[in-house]
Amino acid sequence: MYVAVKGGERAIDNAHQWLAEERRGDRDVAELSVDQIREQLSLAVNRVMAEGSLYDPDLAALAIKQARGDLIEAIFLIRAYRTTLPRFGASEPVDTGAMACDRRISATFKDAPGGQVLGPTFDYTHRLLDFALAAEGLAPEAATEGEPATGPVPHVTEFLNHEGLIQQEHAPAHDTPRDLTREPLELPAGRPLRLQALTRGDEGFVLGMAYSTQRGYGRNHPFVGELRIGTVAVEMEVPELGFAVEIGEVVLTECETVNQFVGSKSEPPQFTRGYGLVFGQTERKAISMALVDRALRWEELGEDNVGVPAQDEEFVLYHSDNIQATGFLEHIKLPHYVDFQSELELIRKLRREAMEGERREAAE
Amino acid sequence: MTAYNFAYLDEQTKRMIRRAILKGLAIPGYQVPFASREMPMPYGWGTGGVQVSAATLTPDDTFKVIDQGADDTTNAVSIRKFFEKTAQVATTEKTAEATVIQTRHRIPEEPLTEDQILVYQVPIPEPLRFLEPSEVETRKMHALEEYGLMHVKLYEDISRHGHIATAYAYPVKVEGRYVMDPSPIPKFDNPKMEMAGIQLFGAGREQRIYALPPYTRVVSLDFEDHPFDPSKADHPCDMCGAGDSYLDEVIVDDAGGRMFVCSDTDYCATRQAAGHRGRLTTEDAA
Repeated sequence: MYVAVKGGERAIDNAHQWLAEERRGDRDVAELSVDQIREQLSLAVNRVMAEGSLYDPDLAALAIKQARGDLIEAIFLIRAYRTTLPRFGASEPVDTGAMACDRRISATFKDAPGGQVLGPTFDYTHRLLDFALAAEGLAPEAATEGEPATGPVPHVTEFLNHEGLIQQEHAPAHDTPRDLTREPLELPAGRPLRLQALTRGDEGFVLGMAYSTQRGYGRNHPFVGELRIGTVAVEMEVPELGFAVEIGEVVLTECETVNQFVGSKSEPPQFTRGYGLVFGQTERKAISMALVDRALRWEELGEDNVGVPAQDEEFVLYHSDNIQATGFLEHIKLPHYVDFQSELELIRKLRREAMEGERREAAE
Repeated sequence: MTAYNFAYLDEQTKRMIRRAILKGLAIPGYQVPFASREMPMPYGWGTGGVQVSAATLTPDDTFKVIDQGADDTTNAVSIRKFFEKTAQVATTEKTAEATVIQTRHRIPEEPLTEDQILVYQVPIPEPLRFLEPSEVETRKMHALEEYGLMHVKLYEDISRHGHIATAYAYPVKVEGRYVMDPSPIPKFDNPKMEMAGIQLFGAGREQRIYALPPYTRVVSLDFEDHPFDPSKADHPCDMCGAGDSYLDEVIVDDAGGRMFVCSDTDYCATRQAAGHRGRLTTEDAA
């Protein structure tokens, strides 16, 4: 006998309780604290801050805990929280030239003023599981401290600029760039909006797009001109004071690529640039962002659009946001009885007619 | 929930959404871009409808939420709870008692009145999307009223299958101008769109709002020799005996036995309470 699909409300409550229990796991194992996540899973925290578009390591760590380590779910929690926050104003542009660098490398010059600084990188580790880590309680040896770098760390690409070998970035337009989180995306978006979308875009998606350009779908011959990670001051002009004051610090990863370019109808032979800037230590994302940024600049540089995905602003921008993507993808779990029923009737009708047609033909 | 404003969104955001709604009502069927917010439920789960409802609700409203015609499907429950919590509005399952009804995939069977607003959740607001993937192109096509592609698609359906092979989200033309996606309602519901109530459509992820003022002319696309046919399952409801309602097919046993029952749960329950009986009604069911 038919039992109506009642009890949705009770089912939801019970599911939530079960979820909370699963999140906690075995109660004989000590509970993970938000501080531990912030300090020991800091790259996960960085990704959540970057794609959540909110620089708050404590909230990001809380979101990761609440999301049971599902980073996209954690990013979603942060985004939903962020959208409710009031806006006091906008900061001054950060000066990455004045960054206190933990890491700063260039693949185009052997050495440069400020030096090459490897910093805390996985790059030259051998990826061997370290079973000693499984035996908890052993503190790693403190890293030996070298001489702290002093003096300025100028951007490497500026050296090329002195010679006029690299394309000049145009002075910032006087218009305030549009805000992706406060206005609907309308196309053509232009570079400021593209960069906004890329910096909060899904790391996997942006990586895949960047990789596709390396494999030939819109190849743009990139070198890492410079990759730097470190702390920059955030300044804001307070109307009552009439000048900018420092209101905090953020860790950023900045990547500038230098791309070969033989010239086009409108531009002479020169090097061109791609740019990536992402919250936290997030270098895979920053490099990917720079490659995709460069690919999307085809029109501005007078290149041909060869029809590859990474050159298609609409394709990249509409599909880079993992919160939009995961929501729409997962919504197909919701009931669709009504649509399915109407399809069912249509298919039955079309089949009936097709079968009758066959029978008629057989009889003839 | 005192940390949040009435109906969750702040007043500036609601104002922005109301402007989009008013523009939508002024240009029926036109998709108005709006700065959709991240809501605390996922994109694709009704965030557009929720934002439109949030901008529409007042403390005096009575709110009803249906998904697939039912008040008790999980996501309808979830959205209703959200507004109970953030707006403390009265809620109801009775179509006639509601002043604002948020819906996914159905129009209630009971005709709406001039005092009611129907808010649709829309996944893909662009009726031309699956014919032309680029938003830049489809906006141009709407601007130029260039709907040839859609007519060719419908024609190809007829030449290949003998029928227009679209059973839900069946495209309509509004006041002789814009081709509009009615959201994934079954085509059975299309004729109901010419109604006394206001109809608002919200697509959160796609950042679009569109609207139909009361008594707007809404014509399902067809051809003179292949007129539009709002078909449904050829049965009466097994619970209330209604012959005029849209039916869900429910599998009831291992042998593939099935029954048909109204998808609009309030319509069915109201009829049963009034003494209507179907093939499978047991006396204690009423």
